[in-house]
Amino acid sequence: MSEALRRYRICDFTGQLAGAGATKWLAAFGAEVIRIEDPVREGRWDILRMLPPFIDERRGVDFAGGFQNHNVEKKGITLNLRTERGKELLREIIKRSDVVSENFAAGVMERWGFGYQELKAIKPDIIYVSNCGFGHTGPYASFKTWGPIVQAVCGLTFTSGLPDREPAGWGFSFMDHMGALTMAIAILLALLHRERTGEGQWVDISCTEAGLGLNGPALLDWSVNGRPTRQPGMPNGNRSLGPEMAPHGIFPARGNDEWVSIACRDERDWRAFAEVIGEAWVRDSRFSHLADRKANEDALDELVAGWTRGQDKFEVQRALLAVGVPAAAVQKPEERIERDPDTEGFALWPTVQHTKMGAVRTDGLPVHLSETDWRIERGAPCLGEHTEEVLTGLLGLSSADVAKLREEGVV
Amino acid sequence: MTALSGTRVVELASDAGALAGKLLAEMGADVVLVEPPGGAAARAYPPFLDDQPDPERSLHWWHFHTSKRGITLDLEEEAGRELLGRLVAGADVLLEAEPAGHLADLGIGYESLAEANPGLVHAAITPFGQASERRNDPVTDLTLLAGGGPVWSCGYDDHSLPPIRGGGFQSHNIASHYAVMAILTALLHRHVSGRGQFIDVSQHAAANVTTEMASYHWLVQRGTVQRQTGRHALEHATQPTQVQCADGKHVCTGALPRTPQELGRLLRWLEEAGLKDELPEAIFLEMGAERDQIDLSKIFEDDEARAIFSAARDAMVLLASRLTSVEYFRGAQRAGMAAGVIYAPEEAFEDEHSVARGFQQELEHEDLGRSFRYPGAPYRFEKSPWSLRRRAPHLGEHNDEVFAALGVSEDEREALRTRGVI
Repeated sequence: MSEALRRYRICDFTGQLAGAGATKWLAAFGAEVIRIEDPVREGRWDILRMLPPFIDERRGVDFAGGFQNHNVEKKGITLNLRTERGKELLREIIKRSDVVSENFAAGVMERWGFGYQELKAIKPDIIYVSNCGFGHTGPYASFKTWGPIVQAVCGLTFTSGLPDREPAGWGFSFMDHMGALTMAIAILLALLHRERTGEGQWVDISCTEAGLGLNGPALLDWSVNGRPTRQPGMPNGNRSLGPEMAPHGIFPARGNDEWVSIACRDERDWRAFAEVIGEAWVRDSRFSHLADRKANEDALDELVAGWTRGQDKFEVQRALLAVGVPAAAVQKPEERIERDPDTEGFALWPTVQHTKMGAVRTDGLPVHLSETDWRIERGAPCLGEHTEEVLTGLLGLSSADVAKLREEGVV
Repeated sequence: MTALSGTRVVELASDAGALAGKLLAEMGADVVLVEPPGGAAARAYPPFLDDQPDPERSLHWWHFHTSKRGITLDLEEEAGRELLGRLVAGADVLLEAEPAGHLADLGIGYESLAEANPGLVHAAITPFGQASERRNDPVTDLTLLAGGGPVWSCGYDDHSLPPIRGGGFQSHNIASHYAVMAILTALLHRHVSGRGQFIDVSQHAAANVTTEMASYHWLVQRGTVQRQTGRHALEHATQPTQVQCADGKHVCTGALPRTPQELGRLLRWLEEAGLKDELPEAIFLEMGAERDQIDLSKIFEDDEARAIFSAARDAMVLLASRLTSVEYFRGAQRAGMAAGVIYAPEEAFEDEHSVARGFQQELEHEDLGRSFRYPGAPYRFEKSPWSLRRRAPHLGEHNDEVFAALGVSEDEREALRTRGVI
């Protein structure tokens, strides 16, 4: 187990990726993360408990691959918060926790009687971190979101596309990732603040605002220069305006749906690239200098595509990197997971032991710390897997007490 | 007192680490940004204030370096390295994105810096990690996102069109977030152990674990997701979720209503908009709203369920054709459906919700006698406030105060300037 965060306990209500991804980091660095789930609905407020992928033919809340991926190294208990006894037990856990984390829609925790004021009454220095689509204030506070909605409303979907077509957007919940990372940063900062001052606090995250900040230069071009990104010829696809580069794009390679990215950063890159191509058109005066290539970029892209089309994408990558020009095959999952020395060499896909699923490979973390590195070895908790352990170990109940609670539908 | 007040960070200017320094600075850290005497490359990145290229007018620079102080140092010169060593000896964090091994080759790698300052947290962002055999391969944001996975999932249903890289330098943003998480984790550990450590952040690895289902569908069931327009790349094709509205802009309709309650709310919205009579299929929405439940997994066996979901999609397309994108967004949300207007960044910035929450932050550029609106906080701390503390530094703007604090006299500074060290 990593030592870095071992002294912290997180009372965790997060779900999906936007929340669970944050506490995954904490758990991997040694924090005790206790997921609270509902025994009545079998934890399905996190919809990933039911969704594919599945490792084999078994189905159900303990076999969902996405949930497993985002909840490794955490504990899981069930508590029926409709019951008084369930609420009492939650209060006892909160008393012994450093952080309460959640990413429900705004207002859910208050409705359960566990809003920030109540949490603070239970434990004065508690850190409460909430993360929802639009934050807990403002005209859209009650609006519901998930990753693609956040991406749409914050501008990220729009800036991914080709000119004069509908937006292509991000083909995954990019903002669930970035929301989770923002939430992890918030929790860590609040812990540092408490270490220095003894104070807990409420940190509220609006995923949409976190996303807005990821398009900073475009926002300043608007607020400073008055130039909108919504204009003819925009968004500019795979091209590069700041810094200006050409050629700069994703070009077809040999095979079905195979592509390679190429970026010439400057005149030296272009001359090196032109030499590799070795065809007459590279000396065309339309492409002599960056300004020329930008002015004739459609024609340039056509010619580059003509050169790449018949070649293997990795061969293009190799040939261009050999002369110092940035190039990368658009890697498919299998290629970057099974045959890429820089993911395997970084120990990026740890295998965990899941109580019911067995050995499962998992997303690791893209960092290594020299003294207190992360560990991802244990799979996500099955529903209620640690109920007895936590209620007896942390709260001091007996096994008989827990059996009775189970009978009464409290856990 | 904020979470990071009094925390001293030395940042060597880079594209990959720029946001990390900003995130730390805006939570109260004193971030000293070190550039070569000729200025960092990003000062030449467009766009520029009034479109006039100038090292002090790059809006890219302005955005990523707010709240930092700026100095110059030539690390290729012995005197420059000596000064960096003194600066880092008094710092809590060194943040850099130099090529792997470069600082060690210059004699200012982690080993020697930590000898003088065992509490130092040294975060190094590189394209492929410190130990990679590809340490000398050149990269850009485009090639990192293409080789690292995100690009494979993004683009259009039409696969004759290339996959698309989203805008905003996200390979750097992702790596910077992970760098900050690792730095804060190391600072928390140092709080009890007193010891710092070295942090190796790989941009390639960071992109690889920022692909959501693409990675875990492969890891769990060896499935390969395929890109689709404006929605999740999946192993199997799904219904479109983008619709064009009466103003020509698009909305993301989100998932189709699944429960009788949701179908009932869609039906009421259709009625309120006065469009129910224009949609004969509305009868299926009524049927859906009255059913006990609808099992989405039985959609291929249950003709009625199929008709209900199809009518829901038709109703959304009809509503969109009569409403502006913002009207659709707010109407759908008020009807309880998670939908979103596809805003351009500037539209998102000007939206009433952003304005009401104070996301727009006015920042003074006293040098220009003007102030500008910047993007605001990614999180709201009750007691440890985020703040945009100052505009990005001019080249070498804080040389005098930073070097004076290190005990470098005015005469010595003049000499260093003359020799081009600072």
